[in-house]
Amino acid sequence: MNQRYLPLAATIAIFLIAYAVCIAQYPNMLSTRVMGNLLTDNAFLGIAAVGMTFVILSGGIDLSIGAVIAFTGVFLAVLLQSTAIHPLAAFVLALVITTAFGALMGAIIHHLEMPPFIVTLAGMFLARGMAFVLTIDSIPIRHPFYATLKSLYYTLPGGGRITLIGGLMLLVFAAGILVAHRTRFGANVYALGGGAATAQLMGVPTGRTTILIYALSGFLAGLSGIVFSLYTSAGYSLATVGVELDAIAAVVIGGTLLTGGSGFVAGTLVGILIQGLIQTYITFDGSLSSWWTKILIGALLFAFILLQKGLIQFTGRRRRHA
Amino acid sequence: MQPDSSHVLSATGIDKIFPGARALNRVDFSLHRGEVHALLGENGAGKSTLVKCLTGAYARDGGRIVLDGADIDPQSTLEAQNLGIGTVYQEVNLLANLTVAENLFLGRQPRRFGLVSARKMNRRAKALLAEYDLDIDVTAGLAAYSVAVQQVVAIARAVDLSGKVLILDEPTASLDAHEVAMLFRIVRRLRERGLGIVFITHFLEQVYEISDRITVLRNGGLVGTRATADLPRRELIAMMLGRELVQEVAGGHGARGEAGDVRFRFRGFGRKGHIQPFDLDICAGEVVGIAGLLGSGRTETAEILFGAERADSGTAQADGRALDLSSPRAAIREKFGFCPEDRKVDGIVGDLSVRENIALALQARRGWARPISRGEQDQLADRYIKALDIRTSDREKPIRLLSGGNQQKAILARWLATNPDFLILDEPTRGIDVGAHAEIIRLIESLCEKGMSLIVISSELEELVAYSSRVIVLRDRAHVAELTGSAVTTDGIVEAIAASAGRVEA
Ligand SMILES: Nc1ncnc2c1ncn2[C@@H]1O[C@H](COP(=O)(O)OP(=O)(O)OP(=O)(O)O)[C@@H](O)[C@H]1O
Ligand SMILES: [Mg+2]
Repeated sequence: MNQRYLPLAATIAIFLIAYAVCIAQYPNMLSTRVMGNLLTDNAFLGIAAVGMTFVILSGGIDLSIGAVIAFTGVFLAVLLQSTAIHPLAAFVLALVITTAFGALMGAIIHHLEMPPFIVTLAGMFLARGMAFVLTIDSIPIRHPFYATLKSLYYTLPGGGRITLIGGLMLLVFAAGILVAHRTRFGANVYALGGGAATAQLMGVPTGRTTILIYALSGFLAGLSGIVFSLYTSAGYSLATVGVELDAIAAVVIGGTLLTGGSGFVAGTLVGILIQGLIQTYITFDGSLSSWWTKILIGALLFAFILLQKGLIQFTGRRRRHA
Repeated sequence: MQPDSSHVLSATGIDKIFPGARALNRVDFSLHRGEVHALLGENGAGKSTLVKCLTGAYARDGGRIVLDGADIDPQSTLEAQNLGIGTVYQEVNLLANLTVAENLFLGRQPRRFGLVSARKMNRRAKALLAEYDLDIDVTAGLAAYSVAVQQVVAIARAVDLSGKVLILDEPTASLDAHEVAMLFRIVRRLRERGLGIVFITHFLEQVYEISDRITVLRNGGLVGTRATADLPRRELIAMMLGRELVQEVAGGHGARGEAGDVRFRFRGFGRKGHIQPFDLDICAGEVVGIAGLLGSGRTETAEILFGAERADSGTAQADGRALDLSSPRAAIREKFGFCPEDRKVDGIVGDLSVRENIALALQARRGWARPISRGEQDQLADRYIKALDIRTSDREKPIRLLSGGNQQKAILARWLATNPDFLILDEPTRGIDVGAHAEIIRLIESLCEKGMSLIVISSELEELVAYSSRVIVLRDRAHVAELTGSAVTTDGIVEAIAASAGRVEA
């Protein structure tokens, strides 16, 4: 098997084994209901993680997405509460803002040659601050259109539901996979992650690509914010704190190299599902503290980083004797 | 210089100033259609900088560039590519995390219905490399292949991109004779097609073999442009160095060391899958050459001697005492040194200064608990900067800002500074100019006189013959022949290599 698929294969294997263990203990977990809920509950995280995958593939990081999600939720709630604007128009507006916000961060990273870590950290404070400026309360969204959207779902055999937002996440993943592997932009993202200086010499438009990557991440964070507001029917400026870290964890568990240049968007989906599965298991158990999720994810992350390090060393060795 | 119609590219008055160094000073350069134009000069003369100014990789500080009669001002290499200028830069040119095919077609992937078609791309990549006799799995990661293969891939990419101009900055540095011949066949074909080709190298034989005109730079200034046929080698060297070279390659000293006692003794030394067990005796002050085609096990021999790969059979002794060569650290403690071939991967620490890079190996041997004082480091650095003529504005300059050849010299200095008993040099003169070449050979000789034993791996047979008392010939990862005394001649080595016949796979 090709080397580069190994982390992905490992992730899928871990997911399957974990699922098998869960089923062995709680046979009820083998149902389309559980799977449907897995998708719905993690939809916002999954969508944001697709953006994060692109950012990490290019060798960067985006710490702002949790704050951008919260901002989007608050923005929608305030807008729908205080104006008569249709939610669809509000969605478009929110996406325009978050995309521009991402593009701006990308431009700063490229033109001022600042580390993405610092720029997006500043972006995080800025977005969270903007959300607080709008309101510090949790504002419910009671627009009838929200109710309509929430009532849309596709019933699976067995009674499970693919909700609108769960389906949207799958669509975003499909689109992400296509963009990453079948477009020139996607190839440029990988090239950037392999080495910005070399990519530049090879004629990759590094500036444009960087700006597009962070714009994409901003757009998907905005979309994630919309999904989150649908999921919770509210906007709250203190929501989704630390979601960027969950997204990073999903990306790394999904087999993407944190240093960039290698990985798969599909892996991130599996990473999300693994996180969701752990959470579901803890819910089923009922007696475990939800902090076990964090502990297990921490352990998994560690294991994956070790696996990747081992792989890199292995390929390094092979290369010298090729 | 007025651009005329026979010029495909002409540059006038190119200036480039780096902080602390003027790299180019009003340089003129013109390239005819259908010519191979050699761009020559010492290490640090400004050749790579000129190329980068022409292709938009650097923003020039002055001057005019005309392509096909129209002024151009490329702001990026992408723009230069789109204008029909394909370039192989001196440094790493490709991305190790992408596949071979992706590297070849990055930025111009074949598409179907707007989507990249991997199948089409792989098929075309395969066809493209077939022209270079390279039959490899193009869907495998580039990192899986040797430096030479990567270099061929980089060349193939640049050739494919060059509609009008092809620029090759030391493309042959890691190629063997067979691959060079193939590259030249392709260059000739492109020349017939009317391309202008710029060729940078330090191999003067190659210059005379392929180029039509020669432009020489020195210290960032233009020395002159001449027809190759009218420029004898001596005069060319004088143009490059600004002085006559006393002795281009030092005379041979084939008999050296044979009378001495054996100092290092290896018996049945080997490692499965890397190099078959071999016996090797080296006297103090002796130089043993290692020859063989790429992939014959030359680098593997060096690595096992230095502990970079652990031997799984055999013994190593020095003066009858068993040696611990289980790791490079252990080997360094035994006063071994190894100057590797691929300096970008194994050699330089780009952000450290020239001084720190030179002091590195000596510091490692002393252990970090006993730091080398700053004064000592300065002295060490200054001594080798002078001895090897490393061109740098000062010793605190980050080494990545040095020219390619000068980086190579600094790595050599690092190992010479440890004053080893046993030194392995893998292609020590790659990318080093003729003047420094002679300096290095002189330095090696003086070290041997002090009793150092030396193993030199080189594809330049004249060079091997010049200073080795014995030459070991490798083939298919085994030591197959040993030439001594009067048998050490280029013809003898070629014959021994050829006795194996067969093309070695990359
Ligand atoms: N980015 C940079 N910053 C500062 N100085 C630089 C930079 N790049 C090159 N130089 C300096 O410019 C001079 C010319 O370097 P250049 O790489 O063009 O030499 P070269 O002729 O290609 O030499 P070589 O044969 O060793 O490759 C050198 O003295 C080098 O130290
Ligand atoms: Mg150079």
